[in-house]
Amino acid sequence: MGTIDLDKSDSNFLEELADQPEAAMIKACFTCRTCVAGCPISAVNKAFSPARIIRMALLGLKDVVLKSDFLWLCSTCYTCQERCPQGVRITDFMTLLKNMAIREGFAPSGIRAQLKLVTGDGRIYPIDDFDNKKRTKAGLPVLPTSCEDIKKLFQGTNG
Amino acid sequence: MKYAFFLGCTIPARARNYELSARKVAETLGIDLIDVDRFMCCGFPIKAADRHAATLMAAFNLAVAGEKGLDVCSLCSSCASQLAEASHHLSLDDAEKARVNERLLAAGLAYNEAPRVRHFARVLFEEVGAEAIKTHFKKDLGGLRIAVHYGCHYLKPSSIHDRFDDVEDPTSIESLVALTGAKLVDYSGKKRCCGGPVLPVDEKLALSVAKEKLDSLAEAGANALCLVCPFCSVMYDGNQKGIESEFGVSYNLPVLYLTQVLGLAMGLDRKELGLNMNVVKTKELLEGIAE
Repeated sequence: MGTIDLDKSDSNFLEELADQPEAAMIKACFTCRTCVAGCPISAVNKAFSPARIIRMALLGLKDVVLKSDFLWLCSTCYTCQERCPQGVRITDFMTLLKNMAIREGFAPSGIRAQLKLVTGDGRIYPIDDFDNKKRTKAGLPVLPTSCEDIKKLFQGTNG
Repeated sequence: MKYAFFLGCTIPARARNYELSARKVAETLGIDLIDVDRFMCCGFPIKAADRHAATLMAAFNLAVAGEKGLDVCSLCSSCASQLAEASHHLSLDDAEKARVNERLLAAGLAYNEAPRVRHFARVLFEEVGAEAIKTHFKKDLGGLRIAVHYGCHYLKPSSIHDRFDDVEDPTSIESLVALTGAKLVDYSGKKRCCGGPVLPVDEKLALSVAKEKLDSLAEAGANALCLVCPFCSVMYDGNQKGIESEFGVSYNLPVLYLTQVLGLAMGLDRKELGLNMNVVKTKELLEGIAE
């Protein structure tokens, strides 16, 4: 892992984060690295460090964080958030950063496709007649093959 | 005991063994699980992309259950967590609640008093209770050495699950498995994540996370793994062969849902419990159960 390049700092980033409850406590981080010690991803990939992501955000490195591949490696297991002695909502903060990355157009294509699928069909694995046939054979009830309500919820939004 | 049965997306399409065994166990214990056709995805899969849209979908499902006057029971840890988290969040954020209600209006619904959200395992642990469950047992599973994987969202974040079990030293699922007479196997890394959420982003990394646990289980001498989430099952059961070939290792470790373990102790038929649909074959393991 290389050094952090402060020339890429964006002084407005912290202000942007200040409005978000998920980021409320990040300034309290004193880099004890309890989050790294318990992280199942850090355990197998040293390049991933929640503490480093928080530090980068605090230094205003907006583009570096939002464009990074490592942001998407967080498995949202909440171990860090449960253990943080400073009450930083680390997992929720990661989710906030991922949401910001999507808005800035940096998200992996799979994440975007998933959003389109779920807000279009109402399910991540839409049920078809073939599924229902298998369900009936197994003695399980038939499920609806379409979802009208999802259209109503997201009508006129980009969601 | 009556709940709106929240199946979610993964279970009805990919984990019918879990659904079958849970329905059988619920029926045996007299838990009424009501199917609700109007339920949609809980919102969890889109949280990374848009947490507000995810909250809206969760709120829709809660409003549907609320309209029927039913609390919600889910087999999937991610669904249970997503629904409980949305309910917790909306109880604290009036502005978001107002935005949610504006959208729900289009579907003829309103989000008011949120119903309670419970994972099925928590219902068994807290509401049905050990004594009542035990009265339905017909077989002793003493021949099995079972390790338990709690997974993440069954217990965490603890603030939304009322801290019903200790996140750092959980016992709820093991206490249910212990009722069957099976020997509990403790192992290092018990609380570790399965790695599942990273699968679409970095497959090899996700498989390495799962491999750590399989290694630890082999070392501890477990002959089965018991869990309560379809995503975790994808990692340990569905992807076990893939991990074996990717890393040149061999486990052949059967992975059972808690409902399958309890169902076996209840003397339910193996097919009724969907054991024929488990990816790692359970035949040899089940020979260890006395008839």
